[in-house]
Amino acid sequence: MTVDSIQNGTVIDHIAAGGGMKLYHLLGLEKADVPVAIMMNVNSHRLGRKDIIKIDGELALDFDVIGYVDPDATVNVIRNGTLLEKKQMVLPERLKNVLRCKNPRCISGSEQELPQLFVLTDQSTKEYRCYWCETRAAKL
Amino acid sequence: MRSIIDIPDLSLPELDALMDTAEDIIRRPGDYAEVCRHKKLATLFFEPSTRTRLSFEAAMYELGGNVISVAGADASSVAKGESVADTVKTVSCYADIIAMRHPKEGAARVAAMNATVPVINAGDGGHAHPTQTLADLLTIRREKGGFSGLTVGMCGDLKFGRTVHSLLSALCRYENMRFVLISPEELKVPSYVKSECLKRNSLPYTQVTDLESVIGDLDILYMTRVQRERFFNEEDYVRLKDSYILTPDKLRKAKADLCIMHPLPRVNEISVAVDTDPRACYFKQVLNGKFMREALILKLLKEAGTL
Ligand SMILES: [Zn+2]
Repeated sequence: MTVDSIQNGTVIDHIAAGGGMKLYHLLGLEKADVPVAIMMNVNSHRLGRKDIIKIDGELALDFDVIGYVDPDATVNVIRNGTLLEKKQMVLPERLKNVLRCKNPRCISGSEQELPQLFVLTDQSTKEYRCYWCETRAAKL
Repeated sequence: MRSIIDIPDLSLPELDALMDTAEDIIRRPGDYAEVCRHKKLATLFFEPSTRTRLSFEAAMYELGGNVISVAGADASSVAKGESVADTVKTVSCYADIIAMRHPKEGAARVAAMNATVPVINAGDGGHAHPTQTLADLLTIRREKGGFSGLTVGMCGDLKFGRTVHSLLSALCRYENMRFVLISPEELKVPSYVKSECLKRNSLPYTQVTDLESVIGDLDILYMTRVQRERFFNEEDYVRLKDSYILTPDKLRKAKADLCIMHPLPRVNEISVAVDTDPRACYFKQVLNGKFMREALILKLLKEAGTL
């Protein structure tokens, strides 16, 4: 399988296999107005199998979302057909309006314009909790 | 602006200092009778909790301050249209400090972010109720002279009871404590509470289902309610409920200086006959709660520069 190399855009590489679709949805790429390709189960020296997302065009991306789904992913920013920047992702301390609190008694469900805010509470288990009610986020 | 949402907001030295202040108020109430003169506490109770509201109001009056109050039907009409943020911004214009009870979890944090005066969480749903835990801590310290070397039994619903989890995590910050967790299988302490408190601080604990077999080991017995609706079937409830009701008979094996606690209100988990036992401390807890609320109001008003 080949996907045309892009002139201006972003390639999210080294996504652990299986993470590509999750990331696609969490980044809201189904609503993007530029071409997006997901490649899944691509051979990788580093990971064995990996997923890749190519975004053909300029699009503002929430790097916290990428770091949350896969802190080992790399983001390659392409300008005029050449690699402009290679970004290493990290597990973000906070996630704003990415996850929704599942607790029906949480204030975030009723308070006007209160953001959905989650904070990293355990680095080793990737545990996030709602900033307001401290309910754990469901595992990805 | 410093507010108190939950017990971890307070450091261990701060907890100790609050208890020192409370004990000083108990010793010399006259010295505190005017300290909050012309200051106003607003009690905002979006769900009814008469005992907690009265405790805050009594605390403020004993400091010589005044109270303005929104409770009952008024509170629900406020709650209908207005956000927590707008409500506390408005009330901040009238009061020097706010005590708020709200049915939504996390509401106190929203209030604290938006108020321009200190906010004390007087209970936000099942999330936190820090002044209850402050009352519990002062009771233990006054009855036992400190926290070291104590064996603390917690009995009843240890799965859903937030007062138990909050007290457990506070006590785990002190050294040399032992815990006996007494509950039916269905209502054991959740594993995350054990790993966050007991295991992280490597404090010794045992888990048992029978109160009578361990009651003789305890210095503190913290009773909680076992609710019918927590059980899958009626038979289990009927079979188990009596083993978690404290009676004079069960107390015969207990130490002479056992301290019996309960966050109140009780339904039937402590027999009324126990009330006259000198080891019953649950009404002292109520009193201690008022003193700790006084200490907390004082601390926050001082930090805010109001006093
Ligand atoms: Zn929440």
